[in-house]
Amino acid sequence: MAEIRVQHLRKAFGDFVAVQDSNFVVEDGEFFVMLGPSGCGKTTTLRMIAGLELPTGGQILLGGDDVTMLRARERDIAFVFQLFALYPHMNVRKNIGFPLLAQGMPSAEIRTRVEETAKLLRIDHLLNKSVSGLAGGDRQRVALGRAIVRRPKCFLMDEPLGTLDTEFRDLMVHELRELHNRIRATTVYVTHDQMEAMSMADKIAVMNHGVIEQFGSPREIYDRPATMFVADFIGSPPMNFLGFGGGLAKGAREIIVQGAKVAVPEVREDIAPSDMALGIRPEHIRFDDSSKLRGAIYGTEYLGTTQIVAVETADGIIKARVPAEIRLSTGDHVGLTLSSARLSLFEKGSGRAVRTAIHDVASERRAQHG
Amino acid sequence: MSLTTAHSVVAPSSNSKRIAGTIIVLYALISIVPLLWIFATSFKTPPDSIAYPPKILFQPSLEGYCNLFTTRTRQTPEYINSLGPATGFCDETTRKRNMVIAGPSNFLPRFVNSLIIAFGSTFCAVFLGTLSAYGFSRFKVPLADDLLFFILSTRFMPPIAVAIPIYLMYRELGLSDTALGMILLYTAVNVSLAVWLLKGFIDEIPREYEEAAMIDGYTRLQAFWRTVLPQATTGIAATAIFCLIFAWNEYAFAALLTSGTAQTAPPFIPTIIGEGGQDWPAVAAGTTIFLVPILVFTILLRKQLLRGITFGAVRK
Repeated sequence: MAEIRVQHLRKAFGDFVAVQDSNFVVEDGEFFVMLGPSGCGKTTTLRMIAGLELPTGGQILLGGDDVTMLRARERDIAFVFQLFALYPHMNVRKNIGFPLLAQGMPSAEIRTRVEETAKLLRIDHLLNKSVSGLAGGDRQRVALGRAIVRRPKCFLMDEPLGTLDTEFRDLMVHELRELHNRIRATTVYVTHDQMEAMSMADKIAVMNHGVIEQFGSPREIYDRPATMFVADFIGSPPMNFLGFGGGLAKGAREIIVQGAKVAVPEVREDIAPSDMALGIRPEHIRFDDSSKLRGAIYGTEYLGTTQIVAVETADGIIKARVPAEIRLSTGDHVGLTLSSARLSLFEKGSGRAVRTAIHDVASERRAQHG
Repeated sequence: MSLTTAHSVVAPSSNSKRIAGTIIVLYALISIVPLLWIFATSFKTPPDSIAYPPKILFQPSLEGYCNLFTTRTRQTPEYINSLGPATGFCDETTRKRNMVIAGPSNFLPRFVNSLIIAFGSTFCAVFLGTLSAYGFSRFKVPLADDLLFFILSTRFMPPIAVAIPIYLMYRELGLSDTALGMILLYTAVNVSLAVWLLKGFIDEIPREYEEAAMIDGYTRLQAFWRTVLPQATTGIAATAIFCLIFAWNEYAFAALLTSGTAQTAPPFIPTIIGEGGQDWPAVAAGTTIFLVPILVFTILLRKQLLRGITFGAVRK
């Protein structure tokens, strides 16, 4: 197992820049997820780590060794493909043993290793079956088996659950994380599904247009999004934005949104007057008739324990997640109260988050860890 | 009002199945009649073969096969009677026609030539075709589209249109009437077909298989050999059959460029007619034997061929 260090990584296909200046470190034994919409460069980054694409610039270090320009087979990594890429002309046993055959391992040893691996994944009863008859989940396990049988430096997975049915997917998310807890292998996992990312990752990098927008733990990314893109991409429904104007002074604790005063976490930097946005997660909105921030109910989505209520305000529709018991009907006027401590502020132009007191917690925690 | 089962829009009704079946059987019968006729003629005696009205029922004889494999000379009955007892069936039959066997005919060496040239050129065309198709399918080849068009363009005119230049070139290069020359020629004609057919098949094989193998520690060539080739067998088999049929049946170039040592069966078989009257049974026997290799090859590969020609029609 090894740490993966990516420095100034860049990849261009002709005029199109797929990845620009990526920097991140995946620590030894960490489960790292690259998350982003399709075409954001996450798969290209993964393929460069694997050696299936060569970068246009930058460096990739695997366990301290520079592997940037090495061939895939010289890197000692394992890759799980979205379509599994199980060899249809081999049975399960041969598929799993295929990487060991490349190393010239004696067949008796291959046998033991394959059987150990199959047991770990609970597919030992399938070893002599043809891969074409397997169910989606079992194919996935065979693909994982082929990856872990080699005990490589790290695992790279490209949307491995993308083709599975939803029920299998939830099961496999759980299994993958459990497997990771057992073998503690450095893993880079690419997905566009935020639920997979949030439930499995130790660290997440959110990518967009070839740029890493934010790198952090699932909690950091959800609670303190670094950009409006991250805030909008993570969460279902995503974070709401309410526009406001004017600058911010260091130490400010209040802003004016749609004529209503809203308390915000203490601002930690001076911002010149410009278009700004206040970011609110749907679950941080409560209905309170005394509030000056008002809107009309536009529609509701009943989810059982909670309901998502769309409220039309002067600045467009925002969504609130409120207890299911509250009775509401379309057209009702409501006042909105926001949980001040959990609000984010953004500069609309750059999309960047303004430093406020919510970031203090993070730096304190980091200091404690350090 | 009676209840009827709703008819399915996808499954053919039993009526249409019956009609389709009848048409197929009729067509198969029509196609097979000439083959059966040739097969029957090969077992007739020369008089039976030209009898009118044609004989459907006849006493089968191996005379045609005897005549195919031997050359014979006409002799006086006195000479024939002076010979010792006949050494076998062929000897006996020949003597009845006032002839004696002079020696083996050229059929066997010509047939062997056909085997060597057809299978040799098929192997070369499929081998080169697979490698180039893989290259075109997986790598960024400069001017790939133009090259592929160029390869295809060699098929735009009938090959025989270039017969004269090839004849002259072959004479200069000493390739006339050599097996090597014929293998090169048939390979050149077939390789364009092979590249195009195989490129289609290889394009359908996801790259992930080779990528997985390369990550698992194999070189590209090993990955190609162990993951792409086994999955391309259907395509390779289908392509091989097409190439083989062309090379096996080709007549025009063979007639023009081979006359002796490298002559193939197609230009040889018609020459049998001339020897001692119109020997249709011998010609039919030659044709029957000539059909066997293709028949065997196609039957051996029929599964792959069927899957091959319907490839891509159904999502896997």
